[in-house]
Amino acid sequence: MADKLRTIQNLEALQARYVGTGHADTTRHEWAQNIVRDSYASYIGHPPLLQYMAVGLNEPKEKVRMQMLEKMVRGAGNPPEIED
Amino acid sequence: MSDGKVSATLPDDFFFADRSADIDAVRRLQAERNAVAARKKGSKTFDAADQRTESTKASLTESFDTTLYDRDGANKYAGYDTSIAVNEDEEMEDANEGHNLVGQYTATRSQIDEMAHGHGVEEEDILVGREKSARITDRETDYQKRRFNRGPLTPTRADPFAANTHANATMEGNGQTYREIMALRELEKEEERVKKLIDEKREKGEDVTGFDATLKIENGDKENTEAGSTVDANTRKRKKRWDVSPGATEVTEENESKREEPKPRAKRSRWDEAPAPAAVAADAAVKKPGRSRWDQAPPVTAATPVGHQGLATPPHPSQAATMAPPTFGTEASSRFAPWSDEDLDMLLPTEGYKVLTPPPGYEPLQVAARNRMALPAATPAAIGGFMNQQPASIRSMGTELPTEIPGVGDLQFFKAEDMAYFGKLMETVDESTLSVEALTERKIMRLLLKIKNGTAAMRKTALRQLTDNCRKFGAAALFDQLLPLLMERSLQDQERHLLVKVIDRVLYKLGDMVRPYVHKILVVIEPLLIDQDYFARVEGRGIVSNLSKAAGLATMISVMRPDIDHSDEYVRNTTARAFAVVASALGVPSLLPFLRAVCHSKKSWQARHTGVKIIQQIPILIGCAILPHLKGLVACISDCLSDESAKVRSVTALAVAALAEAANPYGIESFDEILNPLWTGARKQRGKGLANFLKAVGYIIPLMDREYADYYTTQIMEILTREFSSPDEDMKKVVLKVVSQCSSTEGVTAAYLKEHVLNDFFKGFWVRRMALDRRNYRQVVDTTVDLGQKVGVSEIVERLVNNLKDESEPYRKMTVETIEKLVASLGVADVDERLEMQLMDGMLTAFQEQTIEDVIILNGFGTVVNALNTRVKPYLGQIASTVLWRLNNKSPSVRQQAADLIARIAPVVMQCDEDVMLNKISNVLYEYLGEEYPDVLGSILGALRSIVTVMGIHQMQPPIHDLLPRLTPILRNRHEKVQENTIDLVGRIADRGAESVNAREWMRICFELLDMLKAHKKGIRRAANNTFGFIAKAIGPQDVLTTLLNNLRVQERQSRVCTAVAIAIVAETCGPFTVIPALMNEYRVPELNVQNGVLKALSFLFEYIGEMGKDYVYAVVPLLEDALIDRDQVHRQTACSVVKHMALGVAGLGCEDAMIHLLNLIIPNIYETSPHVIDRVIEAIEAIRNAVGTPVIMNYTFAGLFHPARKVREPYWRVYNDMYVQSADAMVPYYIDFTEDIMPRRKELFIHL
Repeated sequence: MADKLRTIQNLEALQARYVGTGHADTTRHEWAQNIVRDSYASYIGHPPLLQYMAVGLNEPKEKVRMQMLEKMVRGAGNPPEIED
Repeated sequence: MSDGKVSATLPDDFFFADRSADIDAVRRLQAERNAVAARKKGSKTFDAADQRTESTKASLTESFDTTLYDRDGANKYAGYDTSIAVNEDEEMEDANEGHNLVGQYTATRSQIDEMAHGHGVEEEDILVGREKSARITDRETDYQKRRFNRGPLTPTRADPFAANTHANATMEGNGQTYREIMALRELEKEEERVKKLIDEKREKGEDVTGFDATLKIENGDKENTEAGSTVDANTRKRKKRWDVSPGATEVTEENESKREEPKPRAKRSRWDEAPAPAAVAADAAVKKPGRSRWDQAPPVTAATPVGHQGLATPPHPSQAATMAPPTFGTEASSRFAPWSDEDLDMLLPTEGYKVLTPPPGYEPLQVAARNRMALPAATPAAIGGFMNQQPASIRSMGTELPTEIPGVGDLQFFKAEDMAYFGKLMETVDESTLSVEALTERKIMRLLLKIKNGTAAMRKTALRQLTDNCRKFGAAALFDQLLPLLMERSLQDQERHLLVKVIDRVLYKLGDMVRPYVHKILVVIEPLLIDQDYFARVEGRGIVSNLSKAAGLATMISVMRPDIDHSDEYVRNTTARAFAVVASALGVPSLLPFLRAVCHSKKSWQARHTGVKIIQQIPILIGCAILPHLKGLVACISDCLSDESAKVRSVTALAVAALAEAANPYGIESFDEILNPLWTGARKQRGKGLANFLKAVGYIIPLMDREYADYYTTQIMEILTREFSSPDEDMKKVVLKVVSQCSSTEGVTAAYLKEHVLNDFFKGFWVRRMALDRRNYRQVVDTTVDLGQKVGVSEIVERLVNNLKDESEPYRKMTVETIEKLVASLGVADVDERLEMQLMDGMLTAFQEQTIEDVIILNGFGTVVNALNTRVKPYLGQIASTVLWRLNNKSPSVRQQAADLIARIAPVVMQCDEDVMLNKISNVLYEYLGEEYPDVLGSILGALRSIVTVMGIHQMQPPIHDLLPRLTPILRNRHEKVQENTIDLVGRIADRGAESVNAREWMRICFELLDMLKAHKKGIRRAANNTFGFIAKAIGPQDVLTTLLNNLRVQERQSRVCTAVAIAIVAETCGPFTVIPALMNEYRVPELNVQNGVLKALSFLFEYIGEMGKDYVYAVVPLLEDALIDRDQVHRQTACSVVKHMALGVAGLGCEDAMIHLLNLIIPNIYETSPHVIDRVIEAIEAIRNAVGTPVIMNYTFAGLFHPARKVREPYWRVYNDMYVQSADAMVPYYIDFTEDIMPRRKELFIHL
């Protein structure tokens, strides 16, 4: 019992530090959102990759970066309606 | 001896001669010196009586290990009793009057006899003492006990800051307002003043009473002078009353009783007395007013009992069966106060009665307050009717007290005192008939009882219930029960801790509902702030700080303001501390305006004193966090430095010191304005005030720039040097501290110190008396060392060196310690030849003259010798002869010290090219290996090790092949120090010179080493393991490995674990290929322990060999396959840890196929629940992730992340999270494509689930 409590606390601490981590009750939408954001963050964080994509899109690098940053908001679409 | 000529008198071929001749030579020389020394009275240097006469030396030629090589001729039973003594009192004697080889430890005669005869066993119950000592009041100082003087808890206060004052008024009704309280305080102060005046008058012998009571005698003066509050005085006063002649019975007005009116303290005056039997009889016979002595226990012999003594006192409304302790419940206790003489005179008719004289030999029966309080509880049902008087004590009641309370369950304990608070729970009432308030009260009572006296589990749930419902219960109901409990005198640490915890939890929930109770809470919590126990203080601070956050600054100030100039010093002190906590909790700036006002209070010096005290406490609490507010804080107290009250000035200086200490090394500019008053003030002060001013000066000087520091130091030094000769202990301490602070400041030059300070300092403080007190000793040493840092070693040593030959031992020790510290930090470069000679001479004298062998002198000697290095060569002969002489001393501690000294100075001896001397010493040490005291033996081994280290294996005398066989039996010694030193020595030999001993001897050592693997000390086990490695390297791994593999079969877990480690070490030193085949072969043994041991060994092995493991992966995979699919959990767990170490070793080296194969076997274990197993499994998966890359593992996790069963999802998310934390970036390219609007599933992976 006490062990379970500790695992829950550990998990909470972990999630506070790493937003992208999940747990058994993570919904598909939350997960997808994290994946989208992580992916864009990774593209932006690797300049060669960003450059590559910019060339492919025929856009300036900075513009692509901004687009990606904007896409990170609601990256996986709107959250599903919560039915009671 | 002490003239340094010894080495010259040694013959040239001294060290080359035959060994026994050497010893003889040493003996002869010592004898000569002894003759010289003997002329000096009382010298211990070379006292022949100290020497051991019978030799315990081991022969160099005979075989040492008698258990293996039976020595012929010796009687095995020598030393044993052959028959059992009939007379038990007979002392057992040593059979051969010699030493036993093993120390004999047994109980003393008296202890044995005590057990045999049972003396003193029945009478004493050891638990009684323990129970008592847990009580907080028992270890409180008189000052701390003054918390009880604060009397009952004050009434609830009105909350002027409540958001809805109207609602508040209806709710709390009639709380005391600030105005009322301030008026009350004024009244108290006035009372105090009048009382003081009366006391003064009495002192002078004036009559203060305008009223002569009937029962008072005419010579009232005498008794008035004795009328203190002590029981004795009162008793005497009472006794006199009976001598009074009945004539004087005018009733006049009494003003004495008026001033006794509201004070429960004063009421106690007549509590502890019992009347004479005759008096009771008379009273009972004559009239009811005899009741006035309601609180007196009737004598045992009374023929007509006046009724149960509890009867006269109406029980406290809420506590049916018992009496309330006198400390709380104000109204109640004032109503039950004893009758005054005035009352009696008004009640009794003035004629027709006379006061009887007590019979001769009458002694009033004294009943302790505590016992009396417990009395009614002993016979709760005894209301009315005739009762036999029974002696009641708390202990005898312990058995009758219930541990099970209806509705609460089984408690850990239930004390007599608890009855007063929880008695209500004992009644059985129909709860449906009770009002809501009564129900709540019972509920809270039950929860509190569970928390205070219940088991851990009960406590936990009760505490949770209480915190969850506390807003529903309301602050009033809660605190009315909680706070009186904390005032209980018999409270124990644990109970207090729990109750304080309740307050803490409740505070959070109640928020501003606590406001009316802030003062009450403070009254019970403030004593914690001055508790001796550190944790109690921390707890108290926590509560006060939470309280101030919950109640807000305004409430806190309005509640604590009246206490700031309280007439009782105790109250002011605790209030100041509490205020400091408030400041640290709510921020210093918010409190600063208030503090400024208080510190400048014109009304009373008490207020200013408390204000300054608050400022003194703040830096102690928050340290350097005062820096931003330093200027404001200093501004508050700057005027108080020249206050008219000496107490205020004194505490101000302390506050400055505390501020400067916390601010160090910054903030000098904030102190600018007070420098002048401080320095000029210091000139005007005397005594304690001066000490405090100096303290402040001492803390400010280190903050200054160099020029200022120089200037201000010279300014103050005059006073300091004057006070060097002060007899006051506190002053001495302060002066020493200030001197060390000044001398370590940059601006103060060495020249200045030499010229103005050193002479006076040494004259004032380097006296024998200073060495006797521990704290002075420490201070003097530290200060001298600080001075020495500035003025140099030689300056100090020159002054001290003669003290080394002083006749007072503590003084010598103090000198040695100072020199040691100085030499250790500064070296001896500036010590000239003459001083060097004096120093060595003095050190040797101090070393030889010690009566209590102390590590200080040993350290000092070692440090000085090491610092002098080659310069010590001329003295080595002298040192060596001293050491050898002391090695044969009767006292083991002397021998131990001598051996320790050898260990320390061996490197220096080698540097001086005295290897011949070292050889000689090591030969002597070798002979003493038969030492019986383990501590000494350990030191001797340590000395030998030190010599082996500096000499090298091959130059060692006696040669290694002689030395090692001697060590083998010593390995069996179970003493930790011996074990550690032997194993170290053996390990060193195995490492450097294994070839000089034959393989058979090494194997014997291996067997002995196996036992060492069971040692408690980690260092020993580690050394033993390393030695296995060295030995295996020396004689080849086969034999050692066989021994170790056999040891895997033993029962003991620790031994098996250590064996596994040893196997891994052997593999590391001799190459894995020599070990792995044998190990894998051993796995075939169908025995769980062995197989586990093998796996464990493999785990350590792969950990140690790291990358080398890549060549062995494919070889061990089949073994691991088997282990990973074993039924036994531990098997799989250990196999997982093998996989982990292996995978980490081969990461990036191309064994992916094997790793994936193992992963497939590991993955099903992900559902394990046992924490150890699952941790190992997860670790193995993580390690494999490093070896094969994140994407592969990701594929495995996708299968389970959104599985319908939670039990499946949970472990998969755990793996996923670990992966995300450790290598999130590597995951991005392999995330699932979300373009299709279906749940990501990959059917082919479901096989893993």
